[in-house]
Amino acid sequence: MIDLVNIAVKAIFMENMLLALFLGMCSFLACSKNVKTAVGLGLAVTFVMTITIPVNWLINEYLLKDGGLSWLGLPHVDLSFLVFITFIATIAASVQSVEIMMEKFSPTLYANLGIFLPLIAVNCSILGGSLFMEQRGYGFAEATVFAVSSGIGWLLAIMAMAAIQEKLKYADIPKGLQGFGINMIITGLIAMAFMSFSGISF
Amino acid sequence: MIKAIKKSPAYNAFMTPLTTQNPISVLVLGICSALAVTIQLKPSVVMVFAMTFVLTMSNVIVSLLRNVIPKNIRIIVELTVIASLVILADQFLKAYMFDVSKQLSVFVGLIITNCIIMGRAEAYAMANNPWLSFWDGLGNGLGYGVILVVVGFIRELFGTGKLWGIKVIPQQLYDWGYVDVGLMVYAPAAFIVIGLITWVQNEWIERAKHK
Repeated sequence: MIDLVNIAVKAIFMENMLLALFLGMCSFLACSKNVKTAVGLGLAVTFVMTITIPVNWLINEYLLKDGGLSWLGLPHVDLSFLVFITFIATIAASVQSVEIMMEKFSPTLYANLGIFLPLIAVNCSILGGSLFMEQRGYGFAEATVFAVSSGIGWLLAIMAMAAIQEKLKYADIPKGLQGFGINMIITGLIAMAFMSFSGISF
Repeated sequence: MIKAIKKSPAYNAFMTPLTTQNPISVLVLGICSALAVTIQLKPSVVMVFAMTFVLTMSNVIVSLLRNVIPKNIRIIVELTVIASLVILADQFLKAYMFDVSKQLSVFVGLIITNCIIMGRAEAYAMANNPWLSFWDGLGNGLGYGVILVVVGFIRELFGTGKLWGIKVIPQQLYDWGYVDVGLMVYAPAAFIVIGLITWVQNEWIERAKHK
């Protein structure tokens, strides 16, 4: 149990997907103009991540891993070179289904996220989450906790960024630094704040 | 001769991403890996090669297939092409440069989701012939590379006083009280360094326009 709490705290704060591992930057920068869109996207990412990482865990454990096919009587088959292509296929399929559900149940959110929803498929935080899960050798429960808390961490970061950017409209920024430049520097400062969490454990 | 080359569309496709349309600092694509692998110079350079290879090849292949791919499933087809190329690059790195591939860890795999590649395949290769797409891919790969190498250079030099793993800041300076900037090896510095590079580049593009 303590292990799981540790994984959660680590994924949300110390090894935040966005601020420490730099994953999912593109949609983070594109969708952080206002808090509402940011929260929507953050929730979508959390949701997709919570689905895909456990599914990918199962696929990896029972199909791809060295010896994973032994339940089929094929203990010597190692398909682990296929992880990239299988993981990305699972992710693309889940994103598609989330898109269909969202269009049905929450049209306003769907209209707000618009073009960025398909982009979740190429949001590196999701593929990154699956790859980290595989690389660190998590078990099923650990992988699920890791998935949820990575999503929450991503949501927190994009919310903070969107709130700051809303205030930033009133600031007087040098011309060359406007836009991407100042966004990067703000992210750097948020990341520094998150860094101060490091060292916490239970 | 040089003038003729400069006028050709291939040259144009190659040079624009290197100068005014840099994928990272101007178009804001593919930032993730740019930040993550730049703690040292060596992984940055290896990453640039892997990335340029995948980008150029995927541009060429997608461009060759552009008339056969049905419009509805083009994203899946593009992803498949890209993922297969990334597997090639990853296996190659694991076989010949194992230590670097350990250092890059998941970031080689994450080339798949690098938006530059998808972006170029969607925006350029689907609409242009293979020859132009080749140069566009190469140009974008190197434009990405320039930023990566600069950031890697700054972070390694100031963070650890080394370049390519070799100490370059003389011991004398340390004796006089110089201290490595420890922050440079951590994540926040990457964001701030890239922000500052963009600032310089924007000013420079602005100047060039006014001339």
